[in-house]
Amino acid sequence: MKTIDVCGLSCPEPVIRVREALKTLDEGEQLEVLVETVTSRENIHRMAESKGWTVSIVETEGGFRLTIGK
Amino acid sequence: MTGHVVTGSTPSQNLAGRLTHFFASRWGIILVGAVIGILASLLQYAGNPPNMGICVACFERDIAGALGLHRAAVVQYIRPEIIAFVLGSTIAALLFREFKPRTGSAPLARFVLGMLAMIGALVFLGCPWRALLRLAGGDLNAVIGLAGLVVGIAGGVFFLKNGYSLGRSYRAPTATGWLMPIIMLGLLLLAVFKPSFSEGGPIFSSAEGPGSMRAALLISLGAGLLIGVLAQRTRFCTMGSIRDVILMGDTHLISGVGTLLVVAFIMNLLLGQFKPGFAAQPVAHSNILWNFLGMTLSGLAFTLAGGCPGRQLILSGEGDGDAGVFVLGMIVGAGISHNFALAGSPDKLVDGVLMVGGISVHGQIAVLIGLVLCVALGLTARQRVSA
Repeated sequence: MKTIDVCGLSCPEPVIRVREALKTLDEGEQLEVLVETVTSRENIHRMAESKGWTVSIVETEGGFRLTIGK
Repeated sequence: MTGHVVTGSTPSQNLAGRLTHFFASRWGIILVGAVIGILASLLQYAGNPPNMGICVACFERDIAGALGLHRAAVVQYIRPEIIAFVLGSTIAALLFREFKPRTGSAPLARFVLGMLAMIGALVFLGCPWRALLRLAGGDLNAVIGLAGLVVGIAGGVFFLKNGYSLGRSYRAPTATGWLMPIIMLGLLLLAVFKPSFSEGGPIFSSAEGPGSMRAALLISLGAGLLIGVLAQRTRFCTMGSIRDVILMGDTHLISGVGTLLVVAFIMNLLLGQFKPGFAAQPVAHSNILWNFLGMTLSGLAFTLAGGCPGRQLILSGEGDGDAGVFVLGMIVGAGISHNFALAGSPDKLVDGVLMVGGISVHGQIAVLIGLVLCVALGLTARQRVSA
């Protein structure tokens, strides 16, 4: 599973970076995303779901960990 | 790594979770757009200047004037709405555990972007919020300004797609997150008690002109607090609404911004505040080129800084020190705009004769310099961020 850390990046950079990373995934592979703010979590969640991905979210000490897959 | 599941097999079902889910939804942003449209029109009805029920740039400019950062006597007043936006955001962020002090993402660049955004906005005579409200009030010059805004944002999107970044912010000591709310509380005290610090000195308060036109303090505060809370919950952002459409066809934010425009238009019709035309619109000029370029500069600066002026206020209220620096840059930029005669002059009717306003040569040069600086930043700020 690939991991990308977008903590602390200004809007909309987290969404841009995750969208680019999703394009590089192999069939069946998942992407783990570390985000800091609820705003980034919501934006990435909305973008990924609009493109047919499934997102699960776990709250962590410093923010959230999103796991994105098909 | 440990933690609890937010969504997935066991979605959060408590009240805070349900509210967060609603405000993140399409209906949530539409509701907030409608509320802002209603309140903006009512604030104008209650005494705020025409087509300026809410204008983040104008109101920060008024605050700069009240503090003596510029001496344009007609635009000096500590606008309670600005204070309340920040404090409303702080309240919402605390209630929903989103108050996160953070800073460190190129603060000086953000300060300069704030200055440039303000210079551009005051050439047009309004921020994106007021551009929408001007259009909703029938000021067709706003169409030109909004077109410039779109072009500026599109330029920013081009840079973002090509790797533009001001780098990461980092967690900061809790006290630093409280600085902007405390500054706003200080401004509130100055607004309430109106102390005099020296003879002929601040706090200044306009006796005529837009700065003298104001809703009652408690009305402004109440409306501002409500908008601050709602904007924090929904991430309402005028620039972001256009950016997201250009960048990825995402219509979430623009459905709220569009609702603001439609609802404010309907409210203005009902309240008799709709007066269509180009010439002699209130606190506006009809110079097409500089209305366009002023907002192009603003749109580009907002995009490079990651949020419209309202959004920057909201972020500063939830502990984002970089957004706070942008806000302070805008306030200083307002001082520069008026001290150096960069701001636009509104059209005037003198004895029935239209005196067309516009901007000075200084203002024109400032906009061009601002555009060059923003483009240079957009092309060169490419801090590599490791995954």
